[in-house]
Amino acid sequence: MNRNSLGREIPDGFYPYDGSEPAQARRPIAMKATPKAPIFLHTISDVFDALDVKDGMTFSFHHHLREGDKVLNLVMAQAAVYGLKDLTIAPSSIFPCHQPLVPLLDSGVVTGIVTNYMNGPVADAVTAGKLQKPAVMDTHGGRARAIESGDLPIDVAFLAVPRVDAFGNGTGRFGKSACGSLGYLDPDLHYAKKVVFVTDERVDELIKPDLDGRYVDYVVTIDSIGDRAGIVSGTTRITKEPVGLKIARDAAAVIDGVGLLKAGFSMQTGAGGTSLAVVADIRKLMIERGIRARFASGGITAQYVEMLEAGLVGALKDVQDFDLDAVESLSRNPKHEAITASQYGNPRYRPAPLVDDLDFVVLGATEIDLDFNVNVTTDSEGKIIGGSGGHADTAHGAKVCVVVTNLVKARLPIIMEKVTTVTTPGSDIDVLVTERGIAVHPRRTDLFDRLRGSGLHILPIRELMDLAHAITGIPVRPTQTGRIVALIRYRDGSIIDVVRTKRP
Amino acid sequence: MKIGSAGTLTSNDALVTVREGVGISVSIESIVDAFFHDQIDWAVKGELARLNVRNIHVTVQDKGALDFTIRARVRTAIERMEG
Repeated sequence: MNRNSLGREIPDGFYPYDGSEPAQARRPIAMKATPKAPIFLHTISDVFDALDVKDGMTFSFHHHLREGDKVLNLVMAQAAVYGLKDLTIAPSSIFPCHQPLVPLLDSGVVTGIVTNYMNGPVADAVTAGKLQKPAVMDTHGGRARAIESGDLPIDVAFLAVPRVDAFGNGTGRFGKSACGSLGYLDPDLHYAKKVVFVTDERVDELIKPDLDGRYVDYVVTIDSIGDRAGIVSGTTRITKEPVGLKIARDAAAVIDGVGLLKAGFSMQTGAGGTSLAVVADIRKLMIERGIRARFASGGITAQYVEMLEAGLVGALKDVQDFDLDAVESLSRNPKHEAITASQYGNPRYRPAPLVDDLDFVVLGATEIDLDFNVNVTTDSEGKIIGGSGGHADTAHGAKVCVVVTNLVKARLPIIMEKVTTVTTPGSDIDVLVTERGIAVHPRRTDLFDRLRGSGLHILPIRELMDLAHAITGIPVRPTQTGRIVALIRYRDGSIIDVVRTKRP
Repeated sequence: MKIGSAGTLTSNDALVTVREGVGISVSIESIVDAFFHDQIDWAVKGELARLNVRNIHVTVQDKGALDFTIRARVRTAIERMEG
């Protein structure tokens, strides 16, 4: 075991995290282009017959249909019927709808998982140690880097595509299962050894396709690739909780107070209720002062579509859509642009990934520690409940990274000595906003100086933790001492932390 | 058998049920059991001592309540049991 620069134990054979500045230049392996037109088939079983599928292969998927996705389950059910073993799956995220995977972990059909986020029964099974190899958890930008650099070789990419034409070109903007931007599947399309589009709507010709059919080997048309209502997650509403609204108001005041709200700024926020409330407050300030933003990026919601259409935001840079208003806007608004995972967050994308052009990002936290390290991967008992997604990518890229969270959630203080799992290094977190006060990373004396006269309640992060403890009492912090079930891979490919089972 | 209860199962509250027993026994079921089991136990026993109750069985179904909430629920549950 080695220790990385955050003091976390990293197993031998992996490159330990050593700071968030990516050291290496972009190193993409050769892109693949299929010389002939794709072959059109009718069932997943036909595709398995056509492909020379073998034990030990890696299959990839994307998560743009989110909780409504049906393709991952269909393909893996076929893999089980085929008697395949020892497969690795590399979906960009795993949701509760992927519960049918759990028995495949038990039976050894799937022994490896590489993903950016997982929540639900599959995450529970991984935490319990049911997956033979440790899962690898990337960031959204890091997954693109891993695929393009050859760290994550993909044998077959099974990609849900809402509309496909006779040349194998595809789009996510139209079709009965339209889900909008297909940003996360771009590396799979270009770098997987074989590419299969799974669609439920065939047309003769797409006028402006998003996906180039020259990279596609097979197209299979099935009844339904998913339920697009499942795209909308439960959290995409502005919070009504007074505590959340207070946090949002203060976060907007911080962003304004450090001078970021000026003409031509750029922003990204999460889709959580408090983050949406921050956007509502920023929007008010923009209207009052006649300020227009250059762009907003990330997971796009109806709120940003309204701001685009009201002329408050110059462009939306959309790597995935969080609701159906956003999906429809993408096909209607020319300034609403789809971008790829690499363009968005790959640290080796040149000249620079979009996250590096962000003035500020507003993010959440399950836990944050005295060094400002943030955990959004596990809960405080070490159970996997999420993952970075774009958290670590945007935190590193943005000039100012603001974390918003309640000081206490269901008696648990969110600030602690050491987070259970590091998702995003504290060196990339600048300000923490809670309902009882605001902490500024000691490294950011510039921000501290600007906020000093603002009337906001600013105090050291340790004092905020003590405030929480005065309310809740000091919790026992359970430690996980068992075997490693997941490796948390930072965006540059180094290992920033591991997740273990509770007991050996 | 006399029984009393107070509280709810909403977030940050606890449902406390008490019934007559021999000696003191406390059973706790909490979403934060791993972090606060002993503190919940102390809060319940502290309140029982304050009320001078020596023979009771207490069940706490906790959804992240703070100590003062747990104490208040225990006290009210006992008052209801005693009618």
